[in-house]
Formats: sequence, C-alpha cells, structure tokens
Amino acid sequence: MTLVQNFPAFSILLTIICAVITSVLKRKSASVLTTLVIFVNLVMNFMVMIYTIRTGESYVYMMGHFPAPWGNEIRAGIFETVTMTVLLFVILFSYLGGYRWSAARIEPSKYNLYCVMVELSMLALLALIYTNDLFTAYVFIEISTLAAAGLVMAKQNGRSLVAGVRYMIMNLVGSSLFLLGVVILYTITGHLLMVPIHDAVAQLAETQEYRIPLDVTVALISVGLGMKSALYPFEKWVPGAYSNTTPTSSAMLSSIVSKGYIFLLIKIYIRVIGLPVIDMLGITDVMFVFGAAGMIMGSVNAIRAKTTRMMIAYSSVAQIGYIFFAIGLGTADGLMVALWHLIAHAATKSMLFISCAELNDASGNTHMRTALKGAFYRSPLAAAVFSLGAVNLVGLPLLSVFVTKFMMGQAAVALGGRHMVITLICLAVSTLLNLGYFMNTTVSFFVRDEASYTVHTPARLTKFSLIGFIALNLILGLCAAPIYEILLTGLSRFA
Amino acid sequence: MLSKLVGNYEETAAIILFCIGFSTLLFNRNLIKKIIGMDIMDSSIYLFLASQGYITGRKAPIIVDGVESMEAYINPIPAGLVLTGIVVSVSVSALMMALSIRLYHRYHTLELDRIVALAGKEEV
Repeated sequence: MTLVQNFPAFSILLTIICAVITSVLKRKSASVLTTLVIFVNLVMNFMVMIYTIRTGESYVYMMGHFPAPWGNEIRAGIFETVTMTVLLFVILFSYLGGYRWSAARIEPSKYNLYCVMVELSMLALLALIYTNDLFTAYVFIEISTLAAAGLVMAKQNGRSLVAGVRYMIMNLVGSSLFLLGVVILYTITGHLLMVPIHDAVAQLAETQEYRIPLDVTVALISVGLGMKSALYPFEKWVPGAYSNTTPTSSAMLSSIVSKGYIFLLIKIYIRVIGLPVIDMLGITDVMFVFGAAGMIMGSVNAIRAKTTRMMIAYSSVAQIGYIFFAIGLGTADGLMVALWHLIAHAATKSMLFISCAELNDASGNTHMRTALKGAFYRSPLAAAVFSLGAVNLVGLPLLSVFVTKFMMGQAAVALGGRHMVITLICLAVSTLLNLGYFMNTTVSFFVRDEASYTVHTPARLTKFSLIGFIALNLILGLCAAPIYEILLTGLSRFA
Repeated sequence: MLSKLVGNYEETAAIILFCIGFSTLLFNRNLIKKIIGMDIMDSSIYLFLASQGYITGRKAPIIVDGVESMEAYINPIPAGLVLTGIVVSVSVSALMMALSIRLYHRYHTLELDRIVALAGKEEV
C-alpha cells in the first residue's frame, strides 16, 4: 500500500484531532487551524484523486487492519475522490468567503466552537463519502446533524434558535428512519459492510425471500435521507435554517451537509441494494414524483420569497428536486446526472450565498430583494459572481448546470415513455421558473436608480473566495466533458 | 398474522414504540414531549436490535469457564451497535434539552407554535 492510499483515513483522523484542539483555542488561532485543516485535507484528497484517476482502480482500506465484522472499512475510488475534492474546495471558499460576517456576528468567546462545527461538518462529509459500513454512516449522519444544528444557531438570536429546533426535529426523524432501515437490513442480511450486504440482497431478491422487509428497508432509508437533504415536501426547515444564520453556515448547509446525505443515498442504491433490485422494488418512481414536485414547488416558493437569501434557500429545494428527479429515473445514467448535479449545485449555491452576503452589505445591510437595484455599481465583483451563479442555475450553455439538464434530458429520452415526457415538461417548466426569479433579481443589479454610487470593496478573504468560486464554476462548466467522462469511469467501477 | 406478531413480540413491541415516539416527535407541540418522543423512538430501535442479537439458551459473550465455542454465546455485534447508538442518542438529547432551556429563558414557554410566533415578530 502506498502512502497516498492512507490519505482518506489520515484526513478523517486529522480532522477529529484538530476539532478537539480547536475547541480550546482562541478565536484567531481557531480560525487559522480550521483553514489549515481544510487546506491539508484538500491537498491530501487531491493527491488521492490523482492516484485513483491514474490507476483507474478503487481500493478498500481496513481501519487498524481489523477485518469485518470487527473492523471498519473505508473505500476510495474515482467517484468518491472527485466529489470530495470539489466539495473541499467549496468548504475552503465558503469558510474564507464568509469569515468577515462570521467573525462579526458570532460572540468572540464562542468563535472557536463555531470553527469546531465547521470541522465536524467536514469530518462527517469525509466519513459519509468514504465509509464502506452502514452503521458508521449512521453515526456520522448524527455527527453531521449536530454540527449542522450548531451552524444554524451560530448567530444565537431568537430566529436562529427556532430554525435550529425545527432543523433538529426534521433531521432527527430522518436519522431514526435511516437507522431503522439499516437495522432491518442487518436483520435480513446479517452484515453491515456494503459489499456483503449487496451479495446477500441480490440473493434475497432472486429467491424473493424477505421481500416485504426489503421493501420497507429501502423505503425507510430513502425517505430518511430524503428528509435530511430537504427533499420536497420535507423542506419546511430550509428557509429558516438557510436564511437566519451566517453566510458561511448557509453555504455549508446547502452545499456540504445535504450533499453528504445524497451521496450516501446514491452509494446505497448502487453499492448496497444494487440497481436491478432498486428497479424491481419501484422506489425510484416515488423519488421521481417527489423530485418533480420539488423542482416546481421550490422555484414557485423562490419567486414568492421577499429576501434574496430566502430566494436562494428555496432555489436549493428546487435543485435538490433535480437531484432526486435524476435518481428517480432509476438508471445508471440518471444516477450519474444526480452526482454531477450534486457537484455542480454545491459549487454554485455556496457561491450565491457568499456573493449575496457581499451584495446585501453593499446595499445598506438589507436582505430585501428590492434593495439590490443598482447593486452592480455598488459591488461589481459580487454582482458579477451572483450573476454567474444565476445564469448557471438557469442552464446557460458552457456552464455546469446546462450539462445536468442536457444529460438528464438524454437519460430520459433513452428511457422513453412517460418518463421522457414528464422529464422534458418538468425541465422546461423548471427552467422557465428559474429564469423568472433569477433573471428578475440579476437584471435589477444593472438598473441605475441613483445618480452616483459608492463602490464597496470586499474584504481580502471574500475577494479571494469569490474569485475562487468563479474559477471552480468555470472549470466545472468549461471542462465538463472530461470531468464527466472521469466520473463515468468511476461509476462503472463503483458497484 | 397474529401468531407471527405474538411469536416475535419483541419486534412487535419495538415497532409499536417506534410509532408512538415518531408521532410524538412530529405532532406534539411541547418541546419536552418531543424530546421524550425522540428518546422512545431511538430506544425502540435499540430494543429491536438487541432482540436480534439474543439467541435463546446462550450466554453473554464473555469467556469465563474457558468455553471458546461460538455456539455457546449470543451475537455480540448488535449489543455493540446499541451501545454506540445510545451514545449518539444521549448527545442528541442533551443538545435538544439545552436548546429547549435557551428557548424557555427567551420566550417563557415550551410550546413550539408559540415560540415560532414570538420569534417571527422579532427583527431579522
């Protein structure tokens, strides 16, 4: 085993150790350590990504060299490493980009604890992406929930506390459903590691033994993770949680926390249950319907939102709908589109939250959509970045979300029948709705309503983060074909 | 059907408890009752899991008389999972209780609807 192959395990251990140390540091040191650990994880994961792409192989890493069922396993392949690397870039830019507001709005004596929550969210994401064990996944789902609740309540005002409670209640229901699903799966297969479960489930499906418990398991896991990742109609906690906290928290909640759960669901469908069994059980049809409802209703609510952050929050519901809609197609192509959109949405949504905070600041510290008229003349960089994110989510060619829509359409056409018709209609309606609220906001940036404007210069870290987000989104859009090909190779070896 | 439910009475009890906890967590408006519902729900899953590990006539997997045969002991893995699950549940309950105390100090009520209404009137 080469040194690089140890890096996923090192990343997890390093983050745990740093989270403990951060809890006793002062504000500035805590912030420096958090940035450092994100950066080191990024470098390590980037190296593992290069290794897996070069060799084209995935590998299983036994933690402490104990074999199953006593030991625990992690698995690294192209699918996991590419996703993790992109999401680590998003974490780095979200943390640095929102630092100014986090430092200003969080009590200085508690800032180190906020950094701990950021690190724990990253830890949970690392574990959810790399783990090969379902019970470990449950433990890290709960760690992610606790850390995310801390991120939601960072501002410690009444609204953020209420948002935190609502977030916790909905997410705890989701976690419990997931746990019950895992327990029933363990009962009927006798395993917790993904590969042995996959073999046992294939055998059960063939013999039709334990058919009802298998149906119940897949339904519980799907609904549990759907609730946690804000799938419509379980999204009631989203607007409060995303709009009453710091920009870093909003960016991380929408781009990191929910994406970990969705990645796990995709992983369970492919590596645990298996696509033929998923198809036989028919759960994807439910995902298809919920996804379609999310795509439309998320956008309808975004149009009605009064504040920009609320609009972006509801837009997240619509984009999560896209991901579940793609999963609902029930094919390998559909799952590939879901993973692509997971990455594309993470990079875009965090960029929107950070640029929106900068625009709000430049427009007199207001969150109202109407106050952003002429924002381009007050904060040109932030307005340009927001506009890039907006046109990306609408589906402008050469950008990453266009690839989602194009590939989703192609996957649906390959499937034919009612899936094709519904997909094409939903894509058209959703794109028109996206155009409605994003273009309405973006165009208002360029409307001059005053004779002269004072240009607001973003903080150095915010500027760095905004430029980083532009680069990340342009790379994902302009180099979509090779990245998509690499992910396709990863998918073929994921099962 | 009834004989199956009675025969697997531990699992039946666990599922009934899960439903009670689930509905309490979702539909009760009182924060403390929600936390109790959450704990009932988690405990029911641990009961379900523990019952899967138990094998009638076998002992706890601790070697005391030099008997090393696997046939002599119950399955220890569910017990290990239950212990891990309990640690997770305790952490979640602690956070929810701390949060309830904060909200009670601020709004002088534990009714979530009332808290949401009062928080809605505060400035953004």
